[in-house]
Amino acid sequence: MERLRRILEWLDDRSGLLTWTRHALAHPVPPGTGWWYVFGSATLIAFILQVATGIALSTAYVPSSGQAYESLRFISEQALLGRFLRGMHYFGASAMVLLVGLHVSRTYLMAAYKFPRELNWLTGAVLLLLTLALAFTGQLLRWDQTAVWSVIVGAAQAGRMPIVGPDLARFILAGDTIGGATLSRFFAFHVFFIPAVIFLFIGLHLLLVLRHGISERPRKHQHVDPVTYRAEYAALLEREGVPFWPDAAWRDVVFGAAMVATVVLLAVIVGPPHLGKPPDPSILEAYPRPDWYFLWYFALLALVPQNLETAVIVLGPLVFGAVLLLLPLFNKGARSVRERPLAGLLVVFIWTTIVVFWMAGVRADWSPDFAARPLPAAVVGDTSGVVVEGARLFHEKGCEFCHAIDGFGGKRGPELTEVGGRMAADAIATRITNGGPNMPAYARTLTPQQVDALVAFLGTRKP
Amino acid sequence: METTPSRRRFLARLSIALSGAIAAVAGVPVVGFLVSPLLRKAPRAWRPVGAVDGFAVGETVSVVFEDASPLPWAGVTARSAAWLRRDDPGHFTAFSVHCTHLGCPVRWVADAQLFLCPCHGGVYYPDGSQAAGPPPKPLPQYPVRVRNGQVEILTSPIPIV
Repeated sequence: MERLRRILEWLDDRSGLLTWTRHALAHPVPPGTGWWYVFGSATLIAFILQVATGIALSTAYVPSSGQAYESLRFISEQALLGRFLRGMHYFGASAMVLLVGLHVSRTYLMAAYKFPRELNWLTGAVLLLLTLALAFTGQLLRWDQTAVWSVIVGAAQAGRMPIVGPDLARFILAGDTIGGATLSRFFAFHVFFIPAVIFLFIGLHLLLVLRHGISERPRKHQHVDPVTYRAEYAALLEREGVPFWPDAAWRDVVFGAAMVATVVLLAVIVGPPHLGKPPDPSILEAYPRPDWYFLWYFALLALVPQNLETAVIVLGPLVFGAVLLLLPLFNKGARSVRERPLAGLLVVFIWTTIVVFWMAGVRADWSPDFAARPLPAAVVGDTSGVVVEGARLFHEKGCEFCHAIDGFGGKRGPELTEVGGRMAADAIATRITNGGPNMPAYARTLTPQQVDALVAFLGTRKP
Repeated sequence: METTPSRRRFLARLSIALSGAIAAVAGVPVVGFLVSPLLRKAPRAWRPVGAVDGFAVGETVSVVFEDASPLPWAGVTARSAAWLRRDDPGHFTAFSVHCTHLGCPVRWVADAQLFLCPCHGGVYYPDGSQAAGPPPKPLPQYPVRVRNGQVEILTSPIPIV
């Protein structure tokens, strides 16, 4: 014991690390910060989890366009703990994205970005964007069919940028098409470049937290004035401050441990995301979907009006970035959300939008249902004749991909279970032959007899 | 030797300039290496996709071909596909498989005579023109020719709209 103490003393004398750590841990924080302040540290814990599991996975992963898929199958099916580590890495990533979102929402709601913590916000904004970049590139390293098509979709979106679009798209693909160069680059960005910059900015972010102290809980009518704020904050700490360790830190540790436990449980119970078909761009039976954290954006691109789409793709990220960067300009005044109702509404609006679009993305009603089965006789309601022929054509000619009848078929177009009750026969025939605003015209595909059969069948669909 | 203010200024400037030079020596090749795909002119090549007689007139089928100069480790990612139709005995049309909305793979549904996109529900007529959904442009076509009884497609970049 005595020897250990002397070794530690020597270490501290030569490095100063222990004194510095003690100082950092004991720094006073405002009282009553509570559970709202745990999201930042939990994001950091999730990141450390990602670094650890990521390093483990990288020892078996082969970052080659031609072999990554096989190495992923090896990791998932044969390597000791491989499936578990992939699950940890996936749910750790999910946690990191979710927590960084909660953390930025909390700091914005409490206006913690105001004087003197503007740089805390800006370094945090960079960390938020880098986290999203990690999430996107990470999804692609699961180099299956969906990953390949996600790269192409990403390049197509970048391609919408004016002037630089085509070059940006080539940069993302690392050439004219998907190929040998594509994956290596994403791997390098995902495991070296982005994490290195994240480490740097986490360091800055934490230094700034120590420099300015954790923001106190906002109170109504207590406004930030750069002239007086620092003195007021110092007086508050002098009066009521508590040491960060353990008075406030225990909540960070408890929440962080609960988060890690959740990630572990999900990794064991749910397991890693399914490895799809091989990354062969010539397999056209594909159903590309982003991972859940980008599903809401995928849905947004399906539902936004066509004439606004390029504006959304190009301006959306730019406006988002600009807002993040410019927010600290408004660094004075009220912090309490009760005096900033618009800020509160904005956060509620953003989260609601994401959840609503996310749910739409899960359903993806706009996608044709390629797996639609022929209508059963019980639904058709007849056994022979023109109605049965119409029901057969309804399936065969692809109507059912987009239109549902009694629960069979896609949801792209209006449901037709009761169409006979709301549209006259000639109106149905016109719609089929001429199409509609969002429906193909079938005049050249169907014979008049086939149209008649379809109309006869649809005419029997009544309440 | 005594360090005069002017000498000190000179040494500071020298150090800053040399540091900048070190950064440039490391940075310029790194950035150049990263953006090299933009500077490289990708070659194009005619690739055979099957004998002319193997395609029935009026039918649209998917064909697979290899990129112009795939890297040795590209594996299956060196492959590309196109939708090929034999319009009449001597004429073929090759459509890109990439939806002009966001590049997803469109499928030809023969019975419905439509190209359908699984991502956001884009629909195209047999001639590649838009029938419904978000696609802003018709399906692009690839150059196609017949040589020595073989149908050949010219490898092309993924169309970025």
